[in-house]
Amino acid sequence: MFDDANIIVGLEIGTSKVCAVVGEQNADSTLNIVGLGQSPARGMRKGEIVDAALAEECVRNAIVEAEQMADVEIRSVYLGVTGGHVRGFNNRGVHPVVSADREISEDDVQDVIKNAKAINLPAENTVVHAVRQHFLVDGHDGITNPVGMLGARLEVDMHVVHGNTNRLQNSVRLVKGLQLEVEEIVFNGLASSLALLTSEQKELGALIIDIGGGTTDYVVYADGVIKHTGVLAVGGDHVSNDLAYGLKVPLSRAEKLKLEHGAALVDESVRGQTLTIVNELGLPLKTVNVEHLQRIMSLRLEEIFQIIASDLEQAGLTDYLRAGVFLCGGGVRVPQIARLAERLMQMPASLGQTNSISGLKSALDQPEFVTAIGLAKFGSLKNRKREGKSSFANGLRSTLTSFLRRS
Amino acid sequence: MKTNPETPAVELESNPARTIKIIGVGGAGVSLLDTLDGGEFAGAGLVAINTDAPSLATSAALVKIHLETKLLRGLGTGGDPERGRAIAEEQFSTLKTACGGADVVLIVAGLGGGAGSGISPVLARAAKETGALVLAFVTLPFLCEGNRRQQQAQQSLEQLKSVADGVICLPSQKTFKLIDENTSVLDTFRITGGLLVEGVRGVWQLLTRPGLIQIHFDDLCAHVRDRHSESSFAFVEAAGAGRSREVVEKLLAHPLLDEGRALAEADAVLVSLMGGKDLTMAEVNRVMEQIGRHCDHAQIIMGAAVDAELKNRLSVTVIAAKHNAVATAETPAGSTSLGTSGDQAGQMISRGSGARASSRCTQPAPAPEPREQLLARHTNRPRKAASKMRQEQLPLAIISKGRFDKSEPTVHKGEDLDIPTFVRRGVALN
Repeated sequence: MFDDANIIVGLEIGTSKVCAVVGEQNADSTLNIVGLGQSPARGMRKGEIVDAALAEECVRNAIVEAEQMADVEIRSVYLGVTGGHVRGFNNRGVHPVVSADREISEDDVQDVIKNAKAINLPAENTVVHAVRQHFLVDGHDGITNPVGMLGARLEVDMHVVHGNTNRLQNSVRLVKGLQLEVEEIVFNGLASSLALLTSEQKELGALIIDIGGGTTDYVVYADGVIKHTGVLAVGGDHVSNDLAYGLKVPLSRAEKLKLEHGAALVDESVRGQTLTIVNELGLPLKTVNVEHLQRIMSLRLEEIFQIIASDLEQAGLTDYLRAGVFLCGGGVRVPQIARLAERLMQMPASLGQTNSISGLKSALDQPEFVTAIGLAKFGSLKNRKREGKSSFANGLRSTLTSFLRRS
Repeated sequence: MKTNPETPAVELESNPARTIKIIGVGGAGVSLLDTLDGGEFAGAGLVAINTDAPSLATSAALVKIHLETKLLRGLGTGGDPERGRAIAEEQFSTLKTACGGADVVLIVAGLGGGAGSGISPVLARAAKETGALVLAFVTLPFLCEGNRRQQQAQQSLEQLKSVADGVICLPSQKTFKLIDENTSVLDTFRITGGLLVEGVRGVWQLLTRPGLIQIHFDDLCAHVRDRHSESSFAFVEAAGAGRSREVVEKLLAHPLLDEGRALAEADAVLVSLMGGKDLTMAEVNRVMEQIGRHCDHAQIIMGAAVDAELKNRLSVTVIAAKHNAVATAETPAGSTSLGTSGDQAGQMISRGSGARASSRCTQPAPAPEPREQLLARHTNRPRKAASKMRQEQLPLAIISKGRFDKSEPTVHKGEDLDIPTFVRRGVALN
């Protein structure tokens, strides 16, 4: 039996599946994945709950499975959130240094962060994350720790991820209804990036695209910090829906065709090739053109990448992504998707590998578990911070960024 | 003029001598006809139709048809369109004979009174039954002429639109912008008439002058057909060095185009340029560019022609048609789809011999071929119109959003991303 204090659980309630990952924090603070539970999700659309009762059952199933596998009792989880309402933006806080000797103190840093967090959000929105980027001292950029420096004006850039309070609370309430504690809510894209990126890649600049069932979340790292986040409420469900509409087949059949014959680029060899759909008795029901199937998929995926690319271009980040694009989520199981991404983003693209975490290999190799693993990793970083805090009393500031950078 | 070696000889030949008849109906129509007489309209058969003998007596038209019956006792229609219609129906065969042999019939009338409002729709029908293409140029009465005349005019206009291939309509009220306090009533009517005549002249030139960049007659028909009375037109002329600029300025200030607003709102614009032998491509381009800039939604059909008589003048005719959903719903597709002018005669015959002697001419919807042929033929020419041409889409097909039917739509830059991408991008799967 493990000591409960070291058990960290990441729970992702996705549109197509619910996934709970149990991690154990070793003595040296590294994370070891010891259990995984999953259940096909119902009652979800575009990353949000539309039928709480159905969704609750699925979450319970996943939690029970994870508990059995890891042989632990799960008490609290780090909960992943997403949805079309989640947005990210950059904000800058300013604070004049007033002390006589112009030396920047710890209090100045606290104040400037407080200022940066004081943002004008619509009343119904709450901040999910406020991640520190860099400090500026007298307009001098790129300072990571200004304490002890001299200056008259201290500024800080923050990346703020926020979303609609009620819609975020829906999933929190659901989990609490299962007698589970929610330690913190974490934006799914952020969790995925934690699981995938090494600090070197963050420094170089990288784009994470997590194509899920209902949403596509993306996060941009550059110079070691989060520069941009976004959610596009389009995902694998849309691909299936397009196929069902275009090929005139039921949705369940479209889903199956997508898995068996899908491709992100139209393969020359399938030109004119057809498939015969048979019913359970083996009688032919319908013939489907494989080329059409792949073209429909290709167009949808192409559009997702195009929208993200134009968003990044608007944010002026395209030139900062030297490490390239990393793909994860169930939606990237489509063959050739990395090539499609490469073509549209015009930078190297690959399927992300969950590095820097040890444990069950079978779990780590799947792109759809990346987010849940990332959630557990987020928890382990928080835990480590808490330990640090207790030993250093209140000496350390509690911002997420420092941990993100240390990872 | 810098002769364009590319100008295909075919273009010049494809304009066979068409028989065009201009028919003035009612008091206003007949007097307008007189202003058309002579000069450039020499080739046209002018026909005057009225119920009122004195007005016909003064007319200079070659053919005068006096619709007379015991019913009227020689007193005209007395401003009642029903009487006009009744007498026209009675003399339907006479009207048909009058239109006989013409390829194109231009009806000129002032709506609102008895003869013009009553006879014009019947005449249009008669003309159609002889196989001619029918364009009507009509004026609507001034508002001060009273409600009844307005109503009669509107009613007649609706009927006319459902029968004629095209109706170009001039609400007289708009001429108020052209006149000042001191303009006499006589002058005002002359101006109104003059505007209508300009329209007729513009179309006339379009049809008769050899075109360098030809507007085919089916282009014209497709353009004006089924449009609401908002079809506005303008005819401007300018001479001298800066004539292309001047023409555009005049167009944009033209009261009938609502100072250019009509262009902005139009969804189809037909532009015909006519110049002397010194007409340069640069000028054509300049004018088209300016017009194109002002009507971003519109499909532009342009034509250019050279007429030696114009010397150093440049004249531009613009017909801007604004589509009106209500009007389209009310009017059946009362128009024809002609082939290119080359095979027009053949089509005419088949149309004439067809079993189409029904009381209302409702033809099948026009086949899309002519436009496409036209496009294909013009693709390798520097033609601004080609890029603006588009197939209009009817918002009829309801695209199912499947499982996202009831969820909040994902809208990105005005596009509903829940609709399959291939549908939105118009990728055809066959």
